[in-house]
Amino acid sequence: MATTTLTPAASAYRTGLYEWLTTTDHKKIGILYIVNSFIFFFIGGLFALGVRTELAQPGLQFVHDELLYNQLFTMHGTVMIFLFIIPMLVGFGNYVAPLQIGAPDMAFPRINALSFWMLPLAGILLLMGFLTGGAAQAGWTSYSPLAQDRPLASTGPGEDLWIMALLLIGTSSILGGINFLVTIFKMRAPGMTMFRMPILVWTVLVTSVLVVMATPVLTSALIMLFIDRNYGGHFFDPGGPNGGGGSAILWQNVFWFYSHPAVYIMVLPAMGMISEILPVFSRKPLFGYKAFVFATAGIGALGFSVWAHHMFTTGQVFLPFFSLMTFLIAVPTGVKMFNWIFTLFRGKLTFSTPLLFALGFLSMFLIGGINGAFSAAVPVDFALQDTYWVVAHLHYVLFGGSVFGVMAGLYYWFPKMTGRMLNETLGKVQFVLMFVGFNLTFFPMHQLGLAGMPRRIADYASDAGWNDLNLAATIGGFTIAASTLPLIWNVFSSLRAGKPAGDDPWEANTLEWATSSPPPPYNFDHLPEIRSERPLFDLRHGRTVVH
Amino acid sequence: MAADTRALTSTGHASVDHSPVGGLAHDARGGISNPILGMILFICSEVMFFSGLFAAYFSVRASYSNWPKISADAGLNEHFNLHAEPFYALGLTIILVISSFTCQMGVWAIRRNDRTGLTRAIGVTLVLGIVFLIGQAYDYATLGFGLSDTPFGTTFYTLTGFHGAHVFGGAVMLSVILYRGLAGQFSSRHHDAVEAVSLYWHFVDVVWIALFSTLYIL
Repeated sequence: MATTTLTPAASAYRTGLYEWLTTTDHKKIGILYIVNSFIFFFIGGLFALGVRTELAQPGLQFVHDELLYNQLFTMHGTVMIFLFIIPMLVGFGNYVAPLQIGAPDMAFPRINALSFWMLPLAGILLLMGFLTGGAAQAGWTSYSPLAQDRPLASTGPGEDLWIMALLLIGTSSILGGINFLVTIFKMRAPGMTMFRMPILVWTVLVTSVLVVMATPVLTSALIMLFIDRNYGGHFFDPGGPNGGGGSAILWQNVFWFYSHPAVYIMVLPAMGMISEILPVFSRKPLFGYKAFVFATAGIGALGFSVWAHHMFTTGQVFLPFFSLMTFLIAVPTGVKMFNWIFTLFRGKLTFSTPLLFALGFLSMFLIGGINGAFSAAVPVDFALQDTYWVVAHLHYVLFGGSVFGVMAGLYYWFPKMTGRMLNETLGKVQFVLMFVGFNLTFFPMHQLGLAGMPRRIADYASDAGWNDLNLAATIGGFTIAASTLPLIWNVFSSLRAGKPAGDDPWEANTLEWATSSPPPPYNFDHLPEIRSERPLFDLRHGRTVVH
Repeated sequence: MAADTRALTSTGHASVDHSPVGGLAHDARGGISNPILGMILFICSEVMFFSGLFAAYFSVRASYSNWPKISADAGLNEHFNLHAEPFYALGLTIILVISSFTCQMGVWAIRRNDRTGLTRAIGVTLVLGIVFLIGQAYDYATLGFGLSDTPFGTTFYTLTGFHGAHVFGGAVMLSVILYRGLAGQFSSRHHDAVEAVSLYWHFVDVVWIALFSTLYIL
């Protein structure tokens, strides 16, 4: 069994910039994904601060130009979804999943590197819009005919750059998804049967199926939009300069056919991370392992039949079907919530930072899930469509869910990735700031939505009664921004002088903790016997031996 | 352990073989190899890509009142009536279907360790693929309508154009297979690339059959 102090293989790493630029090691690529995603997290966060600063008071004080405001919220959404959350979770999957199944690397290491390097390129393409006369401004959903090239819609190359960036990111996702699936199906260590895989690996598997089946549809939609804009096509243009004849609703269908499953792409791996962390910090096995696996698969399957709940008010979709399917998705999600709570129930809890963020995930995702179920009801949806309620809901799911999950995962796996622990005090300061700031930002948005405030507006009437809540949300937004400062300080100071972690600082259950921190190239010298989904627990308690 | 090592080498990953843990019995159960599974999954994603385009075709066609087949209008619409002249495209279809058979003959040949048979069959497949591409380019040049002429023109050129791009991609892959075949890199035990490219070529063929049925007959 490899140990931290006795790892001659670690020196086999070439060092320096060249190694990072050319690496095909899944662990280094995973770290590249995570670092790249954090950079875009800060860029997307700046856009959000721009939006919140403008909305703090009625009138146009900060942005001055509604078109620039449109660019800010469009780029905020696009960067956060496509360049932060999705790649961040892929990064954790990349680092952890091969280790957890006892594999030496991903199935296709060079394709893995290719998948990653498309992302910074896509990010640069996307942001270049600001330098070429205005970034995309049709929202991250890029509805047609708003996204068509015409006055007062998306003129200029910004929208085309947006399309090209998303095509690159989509291709990166598809290649990554195929890589994960082959790795999980073909590279598992002896004894690692499907039903002994850690839950994180299961969620990566289901996510990859969603990526492989849904992302190509977005690719086709983006290509059609590109043809419409640049070659006079008629897919989505119902009328206008090109002669029309297309269907604007068609864009919404093909777009949401990807982008609803994308919601599960953005949350399932975070659920997997939580499911690794809760058992470790409550000293219990995960409650209902198989139920959890089937619930994950159920969410994946149902995820393909709910896309039109984004389109209730178009009058072009079959409301009872999509409403029913949307309600149904609450069932497997409820199963998971039940499993998490009963994993904690009567456990021996240690309130370390990973567990705090995991509990943050549970409580915030619960709110996001419940207000999502409200919106599944057609009459409620008609009242709330395109109000701030929707903004509140999606942030409770994607920030309260995915981002809290990512932070939990970062505190949990940082010792494995670097060999050093993150500072607990700074971690708790970050958690409190982030949790308070998050709720101060997004909880008032529920009330703003119910009070009728539409999303995607730069200005509002001062007598609409929205002033105080907007100011509160803006203060919350800056609190969230402040919460990233302890994180940055924590990462840099811990890299230099953090407490050495050892192989297994958390007394965890899964195989990544059976090797050194950080693991050597190809990960394992020896593997423990695998007889359950908790091989290290078995080893610690003398049920199995190391070969 | 010997059986495990063989299973590893058959996947062709030198990095795994020469690693410190190359002796570990990863992937010892045999079954489908990594590259072929990867290609099958890639084809799944390609199926979804074309599903998106086909969905757009049927959606636009259903909502557009002046679709060529229904319209009896004279003038521009006459060019659009592909149903009147399906024979040229039928010829292209037959060429592509034959190429699928020759491609499969190449796979059967290398499974018997017949390298000459492989290169011969892949060579014929490649020529047929190129003939198809030239035929489609000629068709485009003589059809008399363009991408921006009505939704029919848009869908027609997008669907057939992306299929053509996939044929081109397949032809590039076939060229690589042909080159590697001539260099003697394949044998009955080591020819995952041939199997994978042949799967892709069959997929491209099936897409064309669906396209031909939809655009020229339906």
